[in-house]
Amino acid sequence: MIRLTQVSKQFRTGVFALSDISFEVEKGEFVFLVGPTGSGKTTIFRLLTREALPTTGEVIVDNWDVVKLPNNKISHLRKKIGVVFQDLKLLMDRTIFENIILPLEVSGIDTIVATKIVEEIMEKVGILSHKDKFPIQLSGGELQRAAIARALTLEPDILLADEPTGNLDSATAMEIVKLLSEINKKGTTVIMATHNEDAVKALSKRVISLNKGQLVGVGGKKPKAPAEHSEKKSVIIDKEKKKEEEDEDF
Amino acid sequence: MKTFKTTWHNIRRSPYQAFAAVLVMTLTFLFISFFTFLLYGSSKAISYFESRPQVTAFFRNEVKQADIDNLKNELMVTNKVASSKFVSKQDALKIYREQNKNDPLLLELVTADILPASLEISTIKIEDLSAINKQLLESPLVSEVVFQKDVVSVLTSWTNALRSIGLGLIIVLSLVSIFIMVIIIGVKISQKKSDIEIMRLIGAGGWYIRWPFIFEGISYGVVGAILGWLISAGALWYFTPSLSAFLKGMPIFPIPLIFFLGLLGAEILVAIILGTLSSFLAVLRYLK
Repeated sequence: MIRLTQVSKQFRTGVFALSDISFEVEKGEFVFLVGPTGSGKTTIFRLLTREALPTTGEVIVDNWDVVKLPNNKISHLRKKIGVVFQDLKLLMDRTIFENIILPLEVSGIDTIVATKIVEEIMEKVGILSHKDKFPIQLSGGELQRAAIARALTLEPDILLADEPTGNLDSATAMEIVKLLSEINKKGTTVIMATHNEDAVKALSKRVISLNKGQLVGVGGKKPKAPAEHSEKKSVIIDKEKKKEEEDEDF
Repeated sequence: MKTFKTTWHNIRRSPYQAFAAVLVMTLTFLFISFFTFLLYGSSKAISYFESRPQVTAFFRNEVKQADIDNLKNELMVTNKVASSKFVSKQDALKIYREQNKNDPLLLELVTADILPASLEISTIKIEDLSAINKQLLESPLVSEVVFQKDVVSVLTSWTNALRSIGLGLIIVLSLVSIFIMVIIIGVKISQKKSDIEIMRLIGAGGWYIRWPFIFEGISYGVVGAILGWLISAGALWYFTPSLSAFLKGMPIFPIPLIFFLGLLGAEILVAIILGTLSSFLAVLRYLK
């Protein structure tokens, strides 16, 4: 479903945000993208949504070559990918309902149908009672839920969540992680960028680890990176998980 | 429908910018309306003068009808005269009474005896007017000749000058309007930069983002055109009685309703073109 092959991204300043990254994420998978600030997590998301282009390498999303995608197809790609942005990117002068319905409006979906969809999703993420409030009136966790709801309105095949637990207390963070896990169980491929170790530990999912723009590890159930690359860089970092598997083998 | 709603939101959320845009458009269309009225009036005036006898010869009091007929025949055989009409003293009195029917004092003072008989002549070619004028002036029967060639030519040259100046001013005003609209819509696009970025990221296509700004430009243009038309038409309606009195005899007023409606339609069309052009330029410039 998602494949990055030898992807590098160099900024104009000469700094490499990503360096020779390769990994794959399969349909319906839940993958954690972990690493410290500046490790390149957000850059990967920006490449997947064609917000940025790689300097070298290939980015494939659902059989679409993102790098070669013509400009008029970018909006189609973005409708297939729901994104929970790190800074949420909610429109402050619109109500929560207006924010969440926006992707449906953009797609030209009938207002009555769209309203129904939005209300269902808002109920699912637990913010229906806040539908007429403005973002400034909501707490961090509620805003995060609103951002998730907006990302889900078009029933995307892929959900990218960039630090969705960033500024939340641990209890709220776990609620968000649980919510993303439930979304994943319904078939949506979820990639969650985080440096919240508790969140990673809470779910037994594959972890792709980055540091300073380099892939330092792909761990977990399905490390199906391209052959030449996996030999070079793929390291199982989810040691506990590996140990469990080895124990099972014995 | 959603696009119109977004356009309305954009307008409502920055009323001062909207007011400035509408004001500049109103000024442009106010000028266009007044200029059109002026052109309409001057073309009507030219037609009026062209339809009037081009040369009028006033006869001395003692001249007999037979002498006048002879002079008329002499003129007709030159093959330069298109038409001629004899206006007797009685006819002149009738015309005078008609023209001054609202002023009894003037009617009391004038009788047919003091009004001269006249011969109104139109020539086939305008260049023959001088020859006819000369022939009439040489006749001992004629006391005075009114030669209208100068009136028409002066009016025509004034109208042409007016048309050139007016068109020039309309072009300048339209360009000013376009530039101001580009700046206003550009500022609005810049203000909504983060919103636009978010919409793009959630999959909005280019035209979904552009259309509200283009409709906004069209709205300013159309509202400005309607306001400009209303003010100018209202002013003309208000001043019609005094203008009619001032331009007594010229069949300019009342201006037909169809003319006003035609002008409104044309102005709305121009407004749509100006609005679209300016907002499109702003979108091209600021929404890359």
